[in-house]
Amino acid sequence: MNAPTTTLSADGKSGEKLMLADCDIHPIQKPGELNPYLSVRWREHMATFGPHVRQGLAERIAWPRMMASGQRVDCYPPEGGPPGSSYEMLRDQHLDPNGIEHGMLIALSKGGMEERNQDFAAALMHATNQWQKDHWCDRDPRLHAGIVVNSEDPVTAVKEIELRAPDKAFKQIITSARTNEPLGRRRFWPVFAAAQETGLPIGLHPQAHPGGAPSTGLGWPSYYMQEHFTFTTASEPVAISLVMEGVFEQFPNLKIAMIEAGFSWAPILAWRMDRIWERMRKEVPHVKRPPSEYLKEHFWFATQPMEEPENPQDLLDIFDWVGWDRLMYSSDYPHWDYDDPRFVLRVKLDDGKKRKLFRDNAVALYGLE
Amino acid sequence: MKLTKTGAIDCDMHVNVPSVRTLMPYMSDYWQDQIATRYIDRSSFAHMSYPARSPLSGRKDWRPADGPLKGIPGGGLADVQANLLDRFNLGMAVCNVIHGSNSLFNEDMGAEFCKAINIWMARAFLDKDPRLRASIAVHAQNPQLAVEEIERCAGDKRFVAVLLPLMGDSPLGRRIYWPIYEAAQRHGLAIAVHAGSTYRWPLSGVGFGSYQIEDYVHMGAQFENLIVSFLAEGVFAKYPDLKLVCMESGFTFIPTLMWRANKTWRGVRAEVPWIDEPPAEIIRRHVRFTLQPVDAPRDERILKRILEQIDCDDLLLFSSDYPHWQFDGDDILPDGLPEHLIRQIAIENPLAAFPRLAAAATISDALAGSAT
Amino acid sequence: MPQKHVVAKAADITPGHKLVAKVGNRDIAVFNVDGEFYGLANTCPHEGGPLCEGFITGIALSAGPNDYRIERKGEFIRCPWHGWEFDIRTGQSWCDPKSVRARQFNVRVAHGDELVQGPYVAETLKVEKDGDYLVIEL
Ligand code: FES
Repeated sequence: MNAPTTTLSADGKSGEKLMLADCDIHPIQKPGELNPYLSVRWREHMATFGPHVRQGLAERIAWPRMMASGQRVDCYPPEGGPPGSSYEMLRDQHLDPNGIEHGMLIALSKGGMEERNQDFAAALMHATNQWQKDHWCDRDPRLHAGIVVNSEDPVTAVKEIELRAPDKAFKQIITSARTNEPLGRRRFWPVFAAAQETGLPIGLHPQAHPGGAPSTGLGWPSYYMQEHFTFTTASEPVAISLVMEGVFEQFPNLKIAMIEAGFSWAPILAWRMDRIWERMRKEVPHVKRPPSEYLKEHFWFATQPMEEPENPQDLLDIFDWVGWDRLMYSSDYPHWDYDDPRFVLRVKLDDGKKRKLFRDNAVALYGLE
Repeated sequence: MKLTKTGAIDCDMHVNVPSVRTLMPYMSDYWQDQIATRYIDRSSFAHMSYPARSPLSGRKDWRPADGPLKGIPGGGLADVQANLLDRFNLGMAVCNVIHGSNSLFNEDMGAEFCKAINIWMARAFLDKDPRLRASIAVHAQNPQLAVEEIERCAGDKRFVAVLLPLMGDSPLGRRIYWPIYEAAQRHGLAIAVHAGSTYRWPLSGVGFGSYQIEDYVHMGAQFENLIVSFLAEGVFAKYPDLKLVCMESGFTFIPTLMWRANKTWRGVRAEVPWIDEPPAEIIRRHVRFTLQPVDAPRDERILKRILEQIDCDDLLLFSSDYPHWQFDGDDILPDGLPEHLIRQIAIENPLAAFPRLAAAATISDALAGSAT
Repeated sequence: MPQKHVVAKAADITPGHKLVAKVGNRDIAVFNVDGEFYGLANTCPHEGGPLCEGFITGIALSAGPNDYRIERKGEFIRCPWHGWEFDIRTGQSWCDPKSVRARQFNVRVAHGDELVQGPYVAETLKVEKDGDYLVIEL
């Protein structure tokens, strides 16, 4: 497995150069960069009180990451500032050399998605959304913003969605998968209504703080190894909730992109739900069809962190089961578990499938042409 | 499909305690007094993970239609014999009692219930049918009390495992639980972690859902978290003879669990340096899964691919999950299970997973006859 | 015919340090481990991370839970992306030594005397008669 068995044509080798869509790029503010977008009140609040999230450490995550605070070591800008704060670096390290035609921005930091103070969260999301546009999208048309919202406060979230949706820079709604209650519960439905109304998909991405419940149903994990694992096992419940609450019966045009959530669990979950639904369906009469059908119709999956099966060919089974039109390449730049498009696949795909996975599925979902 | 082999070992079946009064004779004076005067005996200890009348908790034709056990999923000894042991010509069956008392916060009361359940199990079942074996019920909230109960039961070789609920106070790999594993290893008992929660926490990382069906679906991913907990905490490095048997977990998630555990390990190895080989290898050596439920479509090709991806014939243990409704009629095996694997799943793997079964098997006529 | 590429002055990489040498269009990470020089392809065999930008470390080992020790300090490079650990001397991945290995390049110390007689390629530095140089033949 030393040599990659598939390289994309970033090197031009296979003739026509396949341009890519990357569904998970994390921009972050340089120190102070958000200030112009915040009122005096919230600037002072930020300086005096800072963030208020649902965990014991105020300024970092309670399972220290293994690599350089969870970042690619080579992504720390030489001029200072956190990884992901330098547009030039993103361009030179990733967009240009890897032939990224479309980059979906997921602005986790200071977007207020997991902030408990709802007014502060509202100020943060409003500021971060404008900042994405000014600092990234206006600078490089390859980059597409997501409307970051705090779904714990649906009323404000909907206002923000309605404000931004007409602006073509924004291609989706981004909110945290780690909510206080599972996202399918009815209090979140106004957000789904706004998504359906505006035609924007909802991208779910954890900001990595716990949502209030321990990140496993067993209680709190001890090690980062376990916590990292919960990016998949705490994402499944979101899908379960959306399906079992009947969200897709209510919002038949809703589209959900699961980002940094894994994907190989999806078919297995679908099978499990179907089997149990056969016996328990009377409890959930609003779930009118086998749960797998909702999963197949309404969910898209970003690929990072890619599965690396012991036998690389096994990945093809999973792709088959998830559906070739549902998987979208993502890098997670500049985070440590970044997937490089040239090397991320250890199996050969035919050109049609490669195109779908690395570009066309995202283009279709987000309307990127 | 049907099981044609005789002498199979059912590694996960259930009997339900008919009522609190059934257990009272096996409790101390103090607890008998408490139970009587606090009216603790007047309502059921049905488990929230297995609501008594829910379709999943008991197949319709496995609930006695009349008599003193009317409606109780699985009924009593005679029902177990007729519906399960005789019907499927089983060699042995491991009884797991999932009792609501494991959710009690008073750990002394919880431990007393466990003691009573274990005595009742021995008297009402194990003494009455030589094919039956059982897991030791313990109240995991207090590992020291759990160990005391293990020690009390360990002399009875018909107890082959220690039963823990999947979701309790803390992930079960944590060091606070290690006295339980030390005792289990010393006595040759497997650790049987069964689906279910004591509801100390929401069943998922994102809070409580609305429906029972969600609670049950969640269990699959939570078993993955359990196994990752055992790996990361180094339980198998500390107790190299220990077997973890995941009961009613499903098994189709095993391939992706192994891939992700291997991948994550390569990046975080230094955090948990006691993991000194790919986690998939540790799983293949130490972790076992009971057969039911089969979370797969009714498509032999898919099951076959999953088994190929698991790439190890040792992992699955035959189970009926009686009286939970996992299959209809006599189709106790999923279609497409290859013949050689059936034999291994039905007899060899169970014997390897529960060392105490093997000891019993050498003297069991029923099994000696069937194993040839 | 392999060519001698002079990539650096030996004194440029003191023990415990590293640099990236450009040889043709290839990036080679050159390490000094206790006075010995080693070269590895700078492209990580996993997903192509620039190895040389990672951390030079020892290897964390354990006799069991709650036992931690670091051995062979300075003999491993941890990839700056996903943190895989490679033995600088062999290029082997610690977790999967049989099938994952960073490509090795032999780094030789040569004296200026020998080199100036040529032929050699020195793309970025001037070779003088006295002084030791690091040479990769390719
Ligand atoms: S690219 Fe080096 S560890 Fe992944």
